[in-house]
Amino acid sequence: MINLSISQANEGLKTKKFSSVELTQAYLDRIKATDEKLNSYITVTNEIALQQAKKADSNGVFENPLAGIPMSLKDIICTAGIKTTASSKMLENFVPPYNAHVYDRLLGAGSVLLGKVNCDQFAMGSSTEHSYFGVTKNPWDLERVSGGSSGGSSASVAADLCAFSIGTDTGGSIRQPASLCSCVGLKVSYGRVPREGVISYASSFDTVGTFAKTVEDAALVLNVIAGKSERDATTPDVKVPDYTQFLKEDLNGVKIGIPKEYYGEGVDKETIDVINKGVETLKGLGAEIIDVSLPLTKYAIPAYYLLVKSEGSTNMARYDGIKYSHTTDQAKDLEEIYMKSRKEGFGDEVKRTIMLGTYCLSAGYYDAFYLKAAKVRALMKKEYEEVFAQVDALITPTSPFPAFKIGDKIDDPLAMYAADILTVPAGICGLPGLSVPAGFSASGLPIGMQILANQYKEENLFAVGNAFEKATEWHTKKPNI
Amino acid sequence: MQITPEEVKKIASLARLGISDEEVGKFSIQLSDILSHAKMLDEVDTSNVEPIAQITGLQDVFFGDDVNDCEFAEKLLEQSPMDIQDNMIKVKNVF
Repeated sequence: MINLSISQANEGLKTKKFSSVELTQAYLDRIKATDEKLNSYITVTNEIALQQAKKADSNGVFENPLAGIPMSLKDIICTAGIKTTASSKMLENFVPPYNAHVYDRLLGAGSVLLGKVNCDQFAMGSSTEHSYFGVTKNPWDLERVSGGSSGGSSASVAADLCAFSIGTDTGGSIRQPASLCSCVGLKVSYGRVPREGVISYASSFDTVGTFAKTVEDAALVLNVIAGKSERDATTPDVKVPDYTQFLKEDLNGVKIGIPKEYYGEGVDKETIDVINKGVETLKGLGAEIIDVSLPLTKYAIPAYYLLVKSEGSTNMARYDGIKYSHTTDQAKDLEEIYMKSRKEGFGDEVKRTIMLGTYCLSAGYYDAFYLKAAKVRALMKKEYEEVFAQVDALITPTSPFPAFKIGDKIDDPLAMYAADILTVPAGICGLPGLSVPAGFSASGLPIGMQILANQYKEENLFAVGNAFEKATEWHTKKPNI
Repeated sequence: MQITPEEVKKIASLARLGISDEEVGKFSIQLSDILSHAKMLDEVDTSNVEPIAQITGLQDVFFGDDVNDCEFAEKLLEQSPMDIQDNMIKVKNVF
């Protein structure tokens, strides 16, 4: 039963084919049997999971589709009484006193927490190689990365170590790992899901979204987690529709844009071929295909890293060796506590973020770097708005290439940043995006198709994604692990 | 664009980040590379463009100025690795 979609599992619970405790135990057994190979979980919450499942069973009503459904949470989402490490030494023993609002919403729906999953330290990275707890391996090829930063989420969903997972996406951290592991990954519009209680990386970019086995499942999860929150002032009062109402099977009257800049240099030919085939499928379903251009896309990578590293450096300032978790035992005075605790507690990419961000925000360089990038961001937003005046959605590859080998890019930060070229524009512009399984490389590695829509138009992603999924069988392929 | 080892040390000190000699050398090279790459943004004409730091255009969100109990104040203090005295975190000497 671990390979069931949420809606199938919900049906099984409703008709008493199995209980939530049985379903939860099946996932716990699966984790025990396979996660040594993958390293997707940092903490498995055995007892809590079984208690929550028991509670769901004793309630007996499974009207909410997420009731009794076991999930994993990226380990930057605060869970009261349960360690939340941000995959770092800095927060290795941090036990939050309260729940993130997104976790409270899921608990309200009756979901079951199997555990906390791995990611790049403080969500900074594209491969989980920056985790203090070691890399999460790709279930399709254990010598390759599962993507990042939410690589534990993608691996745990793709290998059936949970029914769905909650991750975060700043510049691709949901969509890229979903693409590399072959599952559905939803990045929401900025502010669609509250960030309160989610450890911050870049506050004007960070979004909370979901990994699932089907497009319908992603819509079911979004129904529960979306909406204005009194606990997060950046969540606008935009109505949350029932997203499952938009799961179309044909695309008559839907206009789909193909931005040529996403199919250029640096993108594997094999990947482009797979996406082109996907576009043909969409055309066959009735979509009108329109060529569009977004010329500023080539500036997305530098604009992105200047801004997120700047915001990230200020967010990291709160880890001072005094308020939380790790502190040095080598300090004589206050300043040494700061210097040494941060030296000991942070990994390589976090340090790079602090250095780069501090530089870009320093008085002498603020205009040349931070402000320049913030102006390019304004221009990019305008460019996307103009394109979305003509089309309902854009189709692009999610990642320029399939999963890369562990160790291949770890010493070359610019190469690692460039891996996000096709996903960062949505982060910069606050757009929603969905990665859906679209095929495989000749060597058997998954390739994802990215669907992008205008802000607060998640329903367009579900319409296109569901029609594509119903017309193809890629989402049914499973890694052999 | 060259970031010298001295500049790296200065930035690290401003950020209160201890770094090793090896890291000074590494960051000097990496930051130089990254910032040189970023100079490509100069190709974009941004004259008369207002920078943005907020992407959805949301403005002026108000909440009631209500006093609420914080039921986990003690637990928050427990997170500190330092000694606690009279509900305060005891830090080391400033000088």
